[in-house]
Amino acid sequence: MNFVGIDMGSTCSKLVALNEAKEIVYKEVVPTGWNCVETAETLLSHLEAQGIPKDAFRSVATGYGRVSIPFADKCITEISCHGKGAVAIFDEPDFTLIDIGGQDTKVIEIKGGSVKNFYMNDKCSAGTGRFLEIMAGTLGVDLNKLCELGRQSQNHVSISSMCTVFAESEVISLIGRGTDKADIAYGIVESIANKVKSQMGRVSSDPAHLRLSGGLCEVPFLLELLSEKLGGEVKTDPLARYAGAYGAALFASELK
Amino acid sequence: MSDLKLPEKFDEYAEGRKNGFLRVKAAKEAGKKVVGIFCTFTPVEVFDAAGLISVGLCGMSDETTADAERDLPKNLCPLIKASYGFALTEKCPYTYWSDLIVGETTCDGKKKMYELLGQLKDVYTMNLPQGPDRDYAKKMWAHEIRLLIDVVEKKFGIRVTDEQIREAAIKRNEFRRLKVELMELLSMDPAPISGYDMYKFLESMGFQFTVDDSIAAVKKLLGELKEQITSQPAAAGTGRKRILVTGCPIGGVLDKVVGSIEANGGQVVCYENCGGIKAARCFVDTDAEDIVEAIADAYLQIGCAVMDPNNRRKENIPELIKEFRVEGVVDATLQACHTYMIETYWIRKICEEAGVPYMSLETDYSQSDKGQIDTRIAAFIETI
Ligand code: SF4
Ligand code: SF4
Repeated sequence: MNFVGIDMGSTCSKLVALNEAKEIVYKEVVPTGWNCVETAETLLSHLEAQGIPKDAFRSVATGYGRVSIPFADKCITEISCHGKGAVAIFDEPDFTLIDIGGQDTKVIEIKGGSVKNFYMNDKCSAGTGRFLEIMAGTLGVDLNKLCELGRQSQNHVSISSMCTVFAESEVISLIGRGTDKADIAYGIVESIANKVKSQMGRVSSDPAHLRLSGGLCEVPFLLELLSEKLGGEVKTDPLARYAGAYGAALFASELK
Repeated sequence: MSDLKLPEKFDEYAEGRKNGFLRVKAAKEAGKKVVGIFCTFTPVEVFDAAGLISVGLCGMSDETTADAERDLPKNLCPLIKASYGFALTEKCPYTYWSDLIVGETTCDGKKKMYELLGQLKDVYTMNLPQGPDRDYAKKMWAHEIRLLIDVVEKKFGIRVTDEQIREAAIKRNEFRRLKVELMELLSMDPAPISGYDMYKFLESMGFQFTVDDSIAAVKKLLGELKEQITSQPAAAGTGRKRILVTGCPIGGVLDKVVGSIEANGGQVVCYENCGGIKAARCFVDTDAEDIVEAIADAYLQIGCAVMDPNNRRKENIPELIKEFRVEGVVDATLQACHTYMIETYWIRKICEEAGVPYMSLETDYSQSDKGQIDTRIAAFIETI
């Protein structure tokens, strides 16, 4: 029997498959696209190709598209799944997990190996992966390039508006004024870090135990800026991108 | 009486709305007068005593928000915008047919909205005191109630005696007692009714034309539920998480908040907000010599965030947590409601002290945050 976790986010869908010993035997990321049900079918066929046919696994779905996965045995929210996955990945009981997702940012307080408290942004996309993507698009670069540019900034500018729509016009007027691209990029990444900082205030956290999960954990400059703003090193792990899916797979292994 | 004209757009209205208009129209044709109210502080005994119909006018949907925003700021509580919007667009039968609207100086948004509403309808605003425990607060509120009686007498050309008011208070007390009995049924596990249905029922009481109708309706439901409890032997606990809902009036976000709580493994066992237990337990001392003062006293017991200080709410919540064996508290606030938003600080603290998980949700009447709210509530219940 295998255990599968699927984290269907607004931008990307992550999948983790475990064996009986709860070791990861397969993982992947695919774009979610506009049709969640189709994406679920795709994931199913990939599993099959890996020798994990439909009747040979139990699964838990999470993420915003969790209800659109017909074959999932159970749906559990991304808060619980990220928490569980992160506890396993970072192998420690007490820390604060920051997850910057496509359409929301979560701050999860972990105590004694389980979720104690959490904060999730309200409906707007300020401070999310989507925000970075839109801003990168406005600058005509991709997300990784945006962050690399930011690091080269000589004269920091700040983007004062948190709202994606207003921030975008701010960026456009900075471009119009001939501001250096790198400086604008810095302002954009900094605004994400500031937003996270203000969200951190809603849960109690220890600057010595900060962890990052989600799609942006492979962006070193963001980690650096976050650490600077939050007053403690924000650590991550190559697996952290899969925290939600991994947690879901672990939940699947506990299903009766 | 042919001077009762339906709104211009009446023919375009949906069936339910049309019926609402016709129902009130029929009452008015029978000679009844209608008073519209917005708040739990309104001393409805005065209207009962005067033989007037009183109905709640709080706007519960964002259907008219865009219209309201022509006159009111965007960044304002959705309840205030909706209430004004429904008056402006003539879409609420109760507002439309109100002969008099009575408001109070509660929050800033509401009282300033009443000034604008006064251009559309006959609005009278009572001055609600602050400092409910100051010695003059009760006197002032009693005086305000007397002024309201004058207004009602003049407007409708009637006399309202203290004895009529006392009788009205006795009836209202009975209604309160029955409502409390009904709400206390939710302390059972399993509860005999969903929190959602309970709220819908309590809300519908605001549209009954007489207290007698309300009393009859509560008795009927109580009877049915008790019957159900005795005929179906108590099953073991349901495992549903027992949730107390507090915060702003919740009618306009009921589906998003309570619907989601109960779809994700919770059961609302207590409503601390308006329409729930908080005001229902404020009984009037009907033996008091001065009945108006007794009414004033009872209403000032309401623990609402517009009051400063608002100790009642802080005292009540821990007691309710114990009484209803609450496992989680959801504090639902409406966007731009400063008073309740700021009080989330205290409620969070109180819950932490009581060792009960707490979540505050800020939302409005739109559907755009439905998914987000649902995830947050589901996650909250998972962590209990
Ligand atoms: S919350 Fe306060 S101000 Fe609003 S209706 Fe209730 S008692 Fe009145
Ligand atoms: S919810 Fe808050 S802002 Fe809205 S009317 Fe009530 S007290 Fe005022």
